[in-house]
Amino acid sequence: MNMELSRRHFLKSAGAGVAGTAIGAFGFGGIEEAHASSVRAFKLITMVETRNTCPYCSVACGIITYSKGDLRKGETAELIHVEGDVDHPTNRGTLCPKGAALLDFAKSETRLKYPMVRKPGSDKFERISWEAALDRIARHLKDDRDRNFVAKNNEGVTVNRWTTTGFLGASATTNETAFVTYKVVRSAGMLVFDNQARV
Amino acid sequence: MAIRTNPPTAPVPAAFGDRDLLRRSASGAQTPDRQLTEVAKLIDVSKCIGCKACQSACLEWNNLREEVGVNTGVYENPHDLTPNSWTLMRFTEWVNPETDDLEWLIRKDGCMHCADPGCLKACPAPGAIVQYTNGIVDFDRDHCIGCGYCVKGCPFNIPRISKTSGKAYKCSLCSDRVAVGQGPACAKACPTQAIVFGTKADMKLHAETRIKDLKSRGYKNAGLYDPPGVGGTHVMYVLHHADQPSLYAGLPDNPRISPIVEAWKGVTKYAGLAIIGMTAAFGFLHHVVAGPNKVTEHDEEEGARLTEGKSA
Amino acid sequence: MTNSWTDIQNTDLVVIMGGNAAEAHPCGFKWVTEAKANRGAKLIVVDPRFTRSASVADVYAPIRQGTDIAFLLGVIRHCIATDRIQWEYTKAFTNASYLVKDGFTYADGLFTGYDEQKRDYDRREWEYQIGPDGFALVDETLQHPRCVWNLLKAHVDQYTPELVERICGTPKAKFLQVAGMIAETSSPQKAMTSMYALGWTQHSKGSQNIRAMAMLQLLLGNIGIRGGGMNALRGHSNIQGLTDVGLMSNMLPGYLTLPTEKEVDLPTYMGSRGFKPLRPNQVSYWQNYGKFFVSLMKALYGPAATKDNNWAFDYLPKLDVPAYDILRAFEMMNEGKMTGYVCQGFNPMQSFPNRTKITSALSKLKFLVTMDPLETETSRFWENHGEYNPVDPKSIGTEVFQLPTTCFAEDEGALVNSGRWLQWHWPGATPPGEARNDIWIMAQLHLRLKALYAKEGGAFPDPILNVHWPYHDKNEPEPAEVAKELNGYVVETVADPADPTKVLLEKGKQVASFGVLRDDGTTACGCWIYAGSFTEAGNIMARRDNADPSGAGMHANWSFSWPANRRILYNRASADRDGKAWDPSRKIIEWDGAKWAGIDVPDIPPTAKPREVGPFIMNPEGVSRLFARGMMREGPFPVHYEPFEAPIANVIAPKIRGNPASRVFKNDMAAFGDAAEFPYAATSYRLTEHFHYWTKHVWVNAVLQPEFFVEISEELAREKGIVLGGWVRVWSKRGSVKAKAVVTKRIRPLICDGKAVHVVGIPIHWGFTGVAKKGWNPNMLGPFVGDANIETPEFKAFLVNIEATTPPGAVA
Repeated sequence: MNMELSRRHFLKSAGAGVAGTAIGAFGFGGIEEAHASSVRAFKLITMVETRNTCPYCSVACGIITYSKGDLRKGETAELIHVEGDVDHPTNRGTLCPKGAALLDFAKSETRLKYPMVRKPGSDKFERISWEAALDRIARHLKDDRDRNFVAKNNEGVTVNRWTTTGFLGASATTNETAFVTYKVVRSAGMLVFDNQARV
Repeated sequence: MAIRTNPPTAPVPAAFGDRDLLRRSASGAQTPDRQLTEVAKLIDVSKCIGCKACQSACLEWNNLREEVGVNTGVYENPHDLTPNSWTLMRFTEWVNPETDDLEWLIRKDGCMHCADPGCLKACPAPGAIVQYTNGIVDFDRDHCIGCGYCVKGCPFNIPRISKTSGKAYKCSLCSDRVAVGQGPACAKACPTQAIVFGTKADMKLHAETRIKDLKSRGYKNAGLYDPPGVGGTHVMYVLHHADQPSLYAGLPDNPRISPIVEAWKGVTKYAGLAIIGMTAAFGFLHHVVAGPNKVTEHDEEEGARLTEGKSA
Repeated sequence: MTNSWTDIQNTDLVVIMGGNAAEAHPCGFKWVTEAKANRGAKLIVVDPRFTRSASVADVYAPIRQGTDIAFLLGVIRHCIATDRIQWEYTKAFTNASYLVKDGFTYADGLFTGYDEQKRDYDRREWEYQIGPDGFALVDETLQHPRCVWNLLKAHVDQYTPELVERICGTPKAKFLQVAGMIAETSSPQKAMTSMYALGWTQHSKGSQNIRAMAMLQLLLGNIGIRGGGMNALRGHSNIQGLTDVGLMSNMLPGYLTLPTEKEVDLPTYMGSRGFKPLRPNQVSYWQNYGKFFVSLMKALYGPAATKDNNWAFDYLPKLDVPAYDILRAFEMMNEGKMTGYVCQGFNPMQSFPNRTKITSALSKLKFLVTMDPLETETSRFWENHGEYNPVDPKSIGTEVFQLPTTCFAEDEGALVNSGRWLQWHWPGATPPGEARNDIWIMAQLHLRLKALYAKEGGAFPDPILNVHWPYHDKNEPEPAEVAKELNGYVVETVADPADPTKVLLEKGKQVASFGVLRDDGTTACGCWIYAGSFTEAGNIMARRDNADPSGAGMHANWSFSWPANRRILYNRASADRDGKAWDPSRKIIEWDGAKWAGIDVPDIPPTAKPREVGPFIMNPEGVSRLFARGMMREGPFPVHYEPFEAPIANVIAPKIRGNPASRVFKNDMAAFGDAAEFPYAATSYRLTEHFHYWTKHVWVNAVLQPEFFVEISEELAREKGIVLGGWVRVWSKRGSVKAKAVVTKRIRPLICDGKAVHVVGIPIHWGFTGVAKKGWNPNMLGPFVGDANIETPEFKAFLVNIEATTPPGAVA
């Protein structure tokens, strides 16, 4: 879906990347020939491109992820490289030192892979299944809500609020995550609700 | 069409190859049958914000992972070029005596891709260092013997020898990217386009517009760094104070190849095309050809002697 | 941002103050370098430190942190004194001519109505005089002594260059140079852009820092024009979106607000949100509030929101305090008044002030849930990391769930950038292990809670049971389905009242714009400002046509910009009173005699006549506000207040500590330090090599900036015997850290009120998880007090002491 949507209007204005040079000048247009022996094979050949947005700051640079394997074909896809998207009007292919190293974020050795629980008083995390973790969290939520929900205030006004459990929204999740989160949190009557914009 | 295409994922013809070799270390004269347009990377120090995107992109693209170091009280990290760090931002805090204003001079250091490459000329290993007619000076580690002569031959102190692989490393100008029509990873990433890449002629024209802008802002000595002592370079700088390159973390004011390396070059020329066997003709190289891990102190000393008196 | 990143190329002068764009937003800063290179624009940087932005500036002016208002009011004074005002703009497009009630006064740092006990104002007198016709009184000649213009002139008169120097430490000559350059942009042919970020928000008067610059920009005629504007550089990739969608204590999506418990029913609630125009003919767009609110309730509760139940008004929780912001939450938690806490991609141990208090508070919870792609200090707050986190796990009874989530490469959806562009992205990689996306996790929690209530009953289950969940796979709503809800859709077919055979809105179709939303339950819309983002034409956010035929950096067909795909807010103000562009080279929209048209979507009803309808359509006045009425808690004009921890007393009001209207919890007042014990002015900031607390997990970034450090001047280093690269201890009243010392010429002592003030700069990026060296973070030292209006903590200005020390002890 993503590539089809790309209309490659190459930017004509001076803009960034003032120093455009004709590709022909590098020898293109000549006959095909073998790579020089000193020159490494180009590592993105046969990779799958996907349009994405840098998850860090709000400049929201366009990026392209290059993966081995195609999710759209139901394959497992391993991220190989991330590069700025030259079609993007803001960053025009450039990236900052964080964006240029996004590969190491996705593949960080401290990426979390499994749900974990730390029991009261324990000095370690232990593996827990998703089912067990979610069941237990839901139980905690309901028990606290039932115990501390305030239906009416002292004046008898309906207030329907729950302030003993709180929720912090993220800063890099999507709008769609945000709205689903909003529905879940607000429908429970939660008021202790904030996001990264506060700080 | 400008280089504003995303990298290819389908095979494309290579822009240059072995037929485009201008020089090959310790191998005598090459006879390329065509002249490619010369390319260059232009680093406009006045637009550089020292963000290290170039370092980051270089590490990522070239699959290099430097050790996590420590802070030594300055912004440079790592603290010098290494076999894994082919480029490095160097930071200089300088109070301009004329204005009494602080200037934070930040220079991206790395291989200059000299037209007259001291590393290649000093290299005794056939084919370990090559130069293409487009100006790229590349290391071919299949042929590298790790003697370190390239380090001594370089007027900019760029190549580094890996203790683990025993080979020499430096910026390739992303020859793999240039070969498919892309600019180097550092230039692609550079947020302010302080690093730009194109034909050398275009880069010089672009530099002129930058110098004009800088002069209009009071930098009367703004200028281009394309030092003639090494035949010009394929990595050039726009400097606000082009009259004092050494202000920028010791960028050589007038780099040139040591006369002894030049003499060595003369010998290789004289020796003609006796490519492999040639090295045997020089006694001091005996140890070198014995293997990359057997570089001796003697070799180091010979290398030093060879390049003694190289310019600062 | 009122404008976009790409619009910065159109500016003549960039002022970076309260931010460090080159460092924190390098690829956005590109457009500053473009403006400099292509139009000869100038860059001014005002900052306590000579930053990476300063390294490419034309003028750098030092300033003591927390004194920006004095500086900016000084610039306003300078513009007035030198008659560098965009007069026609100021007269026509601001409230300069509005008459203010006689009861409003200002003296010695305080306005009318202050109550010291409550640390709050009675703001009733901070209002316009209203005439018998119900409209505000104005004097277009600006002669009336009670008009905003004359009150403003008197208010800023005190901020002379000499006073600015005394407060800010900015040398007078440097201040005048900056003020002079700014004043030049009062010409209708010149534009200035303000680029700011947390350097302005993280103060106890952060909102007023921003207001001060906004007022200046209005007086110069720089709002609504190409290359102008107030450009808040948001920190995170979707912090704008999370705010738009209302994930804050007191917010509903689209900047609607939750009811308070004083608003006992829907009519009372709507009564304070009707926004009747304050001048004749004005748009006062919030008059449509009811349409947005009812459409939202239909999106949230579907068929369960009916006219009969007041659109499920009672399903909404009602506030008893202004907001349960993060400071209040941790105060409550620390008092043992909270049971559970869920952190979705948020790391309070690193982000919130006074870590001792944060750790104590988290230790009192029964359960904590974290959702993150990476390890966080918060999920491991109970784990002993030696000096870096000296806790005893045995004594902490909190049950902690650490849930692994996907990251950017693995999920799909829209993120909103600083310029309000909603950009869609696609997944390209398989998540590691069992990591799941947040939508699935939230759906799972909801479905479980719903099942428990269905089975067991319990406290007011109705909203949980009735929340609208119209998704194909209840377990995992698809991003596109949710995006369609956010855009809005037609619930019931609406016929044209004039011609019942004609269908205005067809059931089941996506709405094309918020203009068609209705308050009768026939439309649903999750976030009215996003209407137009996913229409019957498809996913507009996924558009990738980067053409820019005007050359103005509009890119109208790239993604979607809220509201209504408008790229420059207030763009009506780019044209004069008669609708002609102030500067033909900066034309955005113009009045052609019948309608507004141009290169952007007009920010005015297309047929609104120029002399009748003002450009600031969200305000009931139709004009912008130099005088904020009662809308700011500490005053309608900004005043210089010192930070709560300041190296000198407030020279204009020596008895006032900090912002007099900031909320301070009892124990936190006692935890403020004084200059005698903590003589140095600390400030926190980001470095370009890192992104908050994420990239210490990223190998390359850990290489580029591996270890925690603080920055100090050569003078302070000499005074304290600190050497370059040596270890120092830095401590506040609330905590202590160890760091390497970066001794630099980029920080110099400032002379403020006759005293040398040394700045200690502390970057924020290190903690006890990740691949970078273990370290600390300045926020943990910061004071537990926030901005009076929005409670953003005062991280940018607090007091510390410093000494040379030994390296941290051996730790795991």
